[in-house]
Amino acid sequence: MPKMTIDGIEIEVPAGITVLQACELAGKEIPRFCYHERLSVAGNCRMCLVEQEKAPKPIASCAMPVAEGMVIKTDSPIVQKARKGVMEFLLINHPLDCPICDQGGECDLQDQAMAFGKSFSRYQEEKRAVTDKDFGPLVKTEMTRCIQCTRCIRFATEVAGVEVLGAVSRGEHMEVTTYVEKGIASELSGNLIDLCPVGALTSKPYAFTARPWELTKTESIDVSDAVGVNVRIDSRGREVLRILPRINEDVNEEWLADKGRFWVDGLRRQRLDRPFIRENGKLRAASWAEAFDAIAARMKASEGRRMAAIAGDQVDAESLFALKELMTALGSPNIDCRQDGAQLDAGSRASYLFNSTIAGIDRADAILLVGSNPRWEAPVINARIRKRYLKGGLKVASVGAVGDLTYPVEILGAGPETLADLAKGNHSFAEALKNAKAPMIILGQGALARPDGAAILTLARKLAEAANVVRDGWNGFNVLHTAAARVAGLELGFVPQAGGRDVNGILEGAQKGEIDIVYLLAADEIDTNRLGSAFVIYQGHHGDRGAHRADVVLPGAAYTEKDGTYMNTEGRAQLGRLAIFPPGDAKADWSILRALSEVLGKKLGYDNLDQLRRKLYQAFPRFQRIGAIEPAAWGSFGGSGEATRDAFKPAVSNYYMTDPISRASATMAQCTERFVLPAAGGKTGTHG
Amino acid sequence: MLQDKDRIFKNIYCQDDWRLAGARRRGIWDNTKALLEVGPDKIIDEIKASELRGRGGAGFPTGMKWSFMPKQSDGRPSYLVVNADESEPGTCKDREILRFDPHMLIEGCLVGGFAMRCVAAYIYIRGEFYQEAMHLQAAIDEAYDAGLIGKNASGSGYDFDVYLHRGAGAYICGEESALIESLEGKKGQPRLKPPFPAAVGLYGCPTTVNNVETIAVTPTILRRGASWFAGLGRPKNVGTKLFCVSGHVNKPCNVEEEMGIPLRELIDKHCGGVRGGWDNLLAVIPGGSSVPMLPKHICDDILMDFDSLRAVQSGLGTAAVIVMDKSTDLIEAITRFAHFYMHESCGQCTPCREGTGWMFRIMTRFVKGNADPSEIDMLLDISKQIEGHTICALGDAAAWPIQGLMRHFRPVVEERMRAFRGRQAAE
Repeated sequence: MPKMTIDGIEIEVPAGITVLQACELAGKEIPRFCYHERLSVAGNCRMCLVEQEKAPKPIASCAMPVAEGMVIKTDSPIVQKARKGVMEFLLINHPLDCPICDQGGECDLQDQAMAFGKSFSRYQEEKRAVTDKDFGPLVKTEMTRCIQCTRCIRFATEVAGVEVLGAVSRGEHMEVTTYVEKGIASELSGNLIDLCPVGALTSKPYAFTARPWELTKTESIDVSDAVGVNVRIDSRGREVLRILPRINEDVNEEWLADKGRFWVDGLRRQRLDRPFIRENGKLRAASWAEAFDAIAARMKASEGRRMAAIAGDQVDAESLFALKELMTALGSPNIDCRQDGAQLDAGSRASYLFNSTIAGIDRADAILLVGSNPRWEAPVINARIRKRYLKGGLKVASVGAVGDLTYPVEILGAGPETLADLAKGNHSFAEALKNAKAPMIILGQGALARPDGAAILTLARKLAEAANVVRDGWNGFNVLHTAAARVAGLELGFVPQAGGRDVNGILEGAQKGEIDIVYLLAADEIDTNRLGSAFVIYQGHHGDRGAHRADVVLPGAAYTEKDGTYMNTEGRAQLGRLAIFPPGDAKADWSILRALSEVLGKKLGYDNLDQLRRKLYQAFPRFQRIGAIEPAAWGSFGGSGEATRDAFKPAVSNYYMTDPISRASATMAQCTERFVLPAAGGKTGTHG
Repeated sequence: MLQDKDRIFKNIYCQDDWRLAGARRRGIWDNTKALLEVGPDKIIDEIKASELRGRGGAGFPTGMKWSFMPKQSDGRPSYLVVNADESEPGTCKDREILRFDPHMLIEGCLVGGFAMRCVAAYIYIRGEFYQEAMHLQAAIDEAYDAGLIGKNASGSGYDFDVYLHRGAGAYICGEESALIESLEGKKGQPRLKPPFPAAVGLYGCPTTVNNVETIAVTPTILRRGASWFAGLGRPKNVGTKLFCVSGHVNKPCNVEEEMGIPLRELIDKHCGGVRGGWDNLLAVIPGGSSVPMLPKHICDDILMDFDSLRAVQSGLGTAAVIVMDKSTDLIEAITRFAHFYMHESCGQCTPCREGTGWMFRIMTRFVKGNADPSEIDMLLDISKQIEGHTICALGDAAAWPIQGLMRHFRPVVEERMRAFRGRQAAE
């Protein structure tokens, strides 16, 4: 631990850190533009210069490693002169368009110019102008504002793993650009906007919408995938305007994938803002009382065993709990939260969790993907695997085809028979897993959401046991979910009760007329044609597939409009919070269920969210431990039966459109057109 | 004045064959094996004792630089990189070695590379040097064929390869770490130091980057002894040096001379004097475009070596002497340099990227006189904001010529401005 002196303060700092980090430990703030903790050091902005005793000239603190006995001054005249000089140089060619710049109010250049700049300009010459670039539908460019810090280049190359950005030309003509003017085909491109210290890269959909000081900031959780990215929802009035990531080292570090960031406009379109009842084949607007009466009338004419409920992918745990209680009270065992038909075993926590935790990826040295494409199913987790890969010594292999994951992947085979080979040890990668210090299996929904999913789960367990993936202090058996609500649903036991039907059984029953009533809680990813003549109640927030088929529509709240608990793929409970109120007559989902239960004469025992949560916590205490992880005990799980020889199919066929919110988003449609359709073999039939 | 017997470069005027046969006639490759037999450490000691200082411009003691290289490999190979990216305006000394005496350089590579336990030498040659690259490659091929380099080089039992790499003509690639980046196939931009190349250089391996002239003189030093070399010139500024004299002299030339030769003697004896006589001299830039100029009264008795020139706030640089007589528009001359540095800035770090263009634009107005005298101080302030605040020395090099002009010829600049205002008032 080297000892050093910073502005007269003697401090002992960890070896190997930089002078800039040491200064921060000493409580001295060092201005910077190019330096970023999660990127490589460029040292080119020269804003972080500090004075080192005995050095002939000021040093770049971001790049200089600490050494024993260093004496650093961060506020001497030399340092002040250097900072003022660099600040002046950065500003001479920077346009004076702050009044129309979206970065205004949260601009590093603005802030640091206030703190370290001069109050006047000496520059009389012409200013530089730079042609704007086309970065695609998400990132807006205003390259005249660029200060060439190269953070975006380093992010794209290092974290996102797409080598599309670079600097061309030199000197004052140096420009950041995509080499051949193509969009940034990365699911993490929105983070470029956060990283850009000036207004050169801003959000295209959010352009000219609001000033940061007008926004109400609400800390919440992203539900676009099952990672549970910590986000901040910025809203004004009754509109969510943008979503930004928050830092959580255990989950998302500080990244947020594009869907969860840019689907904001989807939250405003296709919304259900009042109840509807189907009359003569058409939905008509109705009051809450009418809608509840219509439901009650149908339910009285039926019985519990002929009713069923399916829960969607973005439902909060509280609503799942309330619906389960209601269905139990009605005497229905037919409930399921696995609308894609994934053969997950709710009986064993270890069988459905990302047991190693996301942070555990940092330790992994061999990863086997089984029917999973993490780049599309969980881009932030994929970035973490890439980060681990860049450190060196990581082998990744896959059973099932994957595209470019931004790191090399050895494809071992296409389907269950390769998995069986691995489990029997007939494959060299089984040896690699066995010999690894921290081996990992990532089981995706592409392997489980199929009729023989249970047999595949068993094969995966056998492989995990044979290859010693679960050992003392390490459980590398990981299930990667795609649905934000899934783990909470399994934890709550929102699966068929004794003698009950699963999703497939419910749909079959509905087709055969054995099921009269199906309650869809924001469930849209089922084949609604299979609902037969059943009476369908759809409670949700978007007029998507479910609402189109429904006989009664109950308007619920999107995740930004309610308080709710979500459990991510690791089993980590996290709180989402209400940022704005639901539109029109829409209500928080648990309260709709509570109100309906009273009309049905099965009144649920809570009148507010606190009471509900108390009951929830009593029954399922893990929901109370917000942010915590509880290791799951290993045991036998999975189902019997033979796995077929069908190849694994990807769980996500278009990253940008996976759920009602993203399907309603024009931005996501543009991304689909720009990045997915061309790769999938050209345009669709609707193009001219 | 240097006597013929002490001359190291015997063919810089190409009076003899540049190929292997001619080189052997001049004593190059003469029992090189014997030079190596003393062992790496002895060679470095001898170079240290000779007090040879780097000929690329900075004048860092070569023996000391060589001694920074690891004596024991940690598994990584070591490399010698020869900087033949001679691009400093006014400088044309390495070029003559490359095209007229390439074997001097190749033999130097073997000796220096052996001393630093390198497995190979990479010669990074400026892209515009076409003929030079052809000659050098031919010489390398000859040396391989003759067994002088390659496996069991010169019969020493040591394996040593020499590779030639042609650059694309960027000035910044003459900066050692930018040169390494370029050699690795990347954009030529200087690296942050530390780590220094001797620890992490080419392909992440220990590397020493030396100038062509530095490497080319080492075999001769070893043959004739450190004391002979140290006996030439002045204390701490020893040996011989190639001077490139250009500009307003009657016979511009490259000439090898003793370090510390008086500037006037250099010009009068070798270049036929200043055009129009010594009294017609206005100023001299003594070491290439990067060093501040000197007015005539300093030139009268200045000695040409590192320390004498530093004492008058200039530098020996590459010893490229640019002579300017009284017909010269000094402001325009320096503006041309400012344009050069703007054009050649790599754009990586802020002060140089933004500052060089700003300085050039101000200087452009100064040429006409379209400026206020107070802007001179502003310009100097800007140059100080660049100097010392950049990753590489290019920022300093961009600042110094302007500082030199203002230090010695500020009244000329002010007079230009007065005249401009006078013309404006008259119109």
